[in-house]
Amino acid sequence: MDCCCQKKSDLSLISGLLDKYAPIPGSLITILQGAQEIYGYLPVDVLYHIADRIGESPAKVMGVATFYSQFRLKPIGKYLIMLCQGTACHVNGSQRIERAVSEELGIADGETTDDGLFTLKNVACLGCCSLSPVMMINGETYGRLTPDSAKKILRDIISLEKEG
Amino acid sequence: MRIVVGEGSCGIAAGAAGVYSALESALAGSGAELSVTGCIGMCYLEPIVDIYEGDALIKRLVKVSSADAEKIRRFADGDREAVEDITISPEDSGFLEKQTRIALRHCGIINPEKIDDYISGDGYRALGKVLAEMSPEDVIEEIKSSGLAGRGGAGFPTWFKWNAARMAEGEEKYLICNADEGDPGAFMDRAVIESDPHNLIEGMLIAAYAIGAREAIVYVRAEYPLAIKRLSEAIRQAEDRGYIGDNILGTSFSCNMTIKAGAGAFVCGEETALIESLQGQRGMPRLKPPFPAQSGYRYKPSNINNVETFANVAWIILNGGSAFAAMGTENSKGTKVFALTGKIKRGGLVEIPMGMTLRDVIFDIGGGIRNDARFKSVQMGGPSGGCIPAELLDTVIDYKALAATGAIMGSGGMVVMDETTCMVGMAKFFLDFTAKESCGKCVHCRIGTKRMLEILDRIVKGDGRDGDIELLEELCRGVRDGALCGLGQTAPNPVLTTLRYFRNEYEAHIKNKKCPARSCTDLLTYTIDPEKCRGCTLCARKCPVDAICGSPKEAHVIDGEKCIRCGSCFNVCRFGAVKVD
Repeated sequence: MDCCCQKKSDLSLISGLLDKYAPIPGSLITILQGAQEIYGYLPVDVLYHIADRIGESPAKVMGVATFYSQFRLKPIGKYLIMLCQGTACHVNGSQRIERAVSEELGIADGETTDDGLFTLKNVACLGCCSLSPVMMINGETYGRLTPDSAKKILRDIISLEKEG
Repeated sequence: MRIVVGEGSCGIAAGAAGVYSALESALAGSGAELSVTGCIGMCYLEPIVDIYEGDALIKRLVKVSSADAEKIRRFADGDREAVEDITISPEDSGFLEKQTRIALRHCGIINPEKIDDYISGDGYRALGKVLAEMSPEDVIEEIKSSGLAGRGGAGFPTWFKWNAARMAEGEEKYLICNADEGDPGAFMDRAVIESDPHNLIEGMLIAAYAIGAREAIVYVRAEYPLAIKRLSEAIRQAEDRGYIGDNILGTSFSCNMTIKAGAGAFVCGEETALIESLQGQRGMPRLKPPFPAQSGYRYKPSNINNVETFANVAWIILNGGSAFAAMGTENSKGTKVFALTGKIKRGGLVEIPMGMTLRDVIFDIGGGIRNDARFKSVQMGGPSGGCIPAELLDTVIDYKALAATGAIMGSGGMVVMDETTCMVGMAKFFLDFTAKESCGKCVHCRIGTKRMLEILDRIVKGDGRDGDIELLEELCRGVRDGALCGLGQTAPNPVLTTLRYFRNEYEAHIKNKKCPARSCTDLLTYTIDPEKCRGCTLCARKCPVDAICGSPKEAHVIDGEKCIRCGSCFNVCRFGAVKVD
């Protein structure tokens, strides 16, 4: 696997974003959110470029990017599985769901499958507590999970991809 | 006839969008009007479809699927029996009837995407009244007489904060709404924004007028995309109608409103950390004083309240502070919204007058424990709160009474647990959360929560030692006293309350290496009762690690060395032969 920090990102993609927000003080988080939307993650060279444009040190920009859970410094898989670990999901067995997902895909929290299809991320609360345990895959919510139903959902996606 | 689909996040997650599109085709040409509303609050019955004749609700349909669209069409065509099997039961209707709704008064009734729906009730009349008849001081006085206290958790008197910001020197002031609902297990604020965004906007505008702010900012969790979408649309509509912007309703009062999406950090619920985050920094709390009322956003006087607090304001202005203060107890006035979840039969959003007991909420409204299991504890206040045991179920919901139990009112998360929930595991769950979310500024919080987590971790793994409980207590005191902000000061609460009420569970883990709730997998042993085993081989086939051996029609045996305690043999055995201890 090639290292993501060696790659050169197309910085022109965020020039519009920077033109709009760089002059407004306190917009760093908004800029990082916009950049992640564009690249899917925050490449290191993009962070340097943002620091340069807003007149802050790269350390400061990196500090903000690593503080918030929304930001990621590595690319993610085609399907992002956000597995809810909120209190209600915990009480209703989210750990068993996590074990099932890990078993099925061979990845742990924060990891991506070798084929680049899935990334697993534990999240604090998706706010769908009455459907717990819950996971969200690319914006779609799956509730009242059992280990078997979670595995089936993943298998369905995999077979859909193979057909596809 | 009007057919309304509940499309809050919970409803959509349960399939409401599919129901809506099925109804769109099924109802074509029927003359019935199809629309959406926000969260009705009965999450456990989603997707919900309401049928109105004029303003009267004539049918509430629950757990509706796309396949039911045809039945609803038949109902619209005059077949009154067509939807009987999906009509809400009288017991379930009781869920709403026992509530008193102020903050949620429009939720699940109006269409959140249409400002006219809001206006046609009493929408923006409170703002009109304030601007036409009341001075900022009058507004603050009215809020004072209502006894409204901050609904974000701390319960600080709202009027006092408004007054402090009003009295602060300087022309440039900011009004901020904290919609960074980070407590895992709470979704009250999300429901208000998704279901009734104009009520929040109106409350904020009244507050901005009272403190003298011309800029209002809503800081919303990025994890709430639907709330952000509906609030942006609502702000745009309110601007078009002249409720937001320059010279509001033709007066000299001007106020703009913007949304900032948070980026995921629990500590940003703390007001000074939130301000740092608004300024594009790491969300690390500031030392107080100076308080935000003196030096807040951009170091200017600022006032921060949470969503539910603002959601009460317009009602108070229209009905009078005394009407609000007439509800509740001596020191807690009005109503409070709770997100009732966990092992509860009827989970959802509940708004009740202060002074009801926990038992009323959990058993009367919530219907008791799922599968009629035994109630063990209710967790209130999330990572800053605590676990209240069964013997205190008659505690009234009131800031003081709840604080006396060691828990807190909190923002409104109410997670119900039965006997299968391990209380040491629960404490570990919250410490894991706070240790991850600690911003790292204060040593006691940064390292103390980590050390506590390590101890809890070894206890649930069966490696607990004598003296661990005392060490935990010492660390709790250190973190509580040594942390700057609310996150650190309250982080020990989940441990302190479980130690106070469930100490025997800690002792069972440490001394006997047993988990009384049979939840900590490392402490479980699975065995097969040879008397009951029929040798059907199902468990052996299901075991993921081949830890079960035995010939067909003979008793099977589990190899304890190989067993990973996943429980699949227990789950598949039809003869009750697998024992867990």
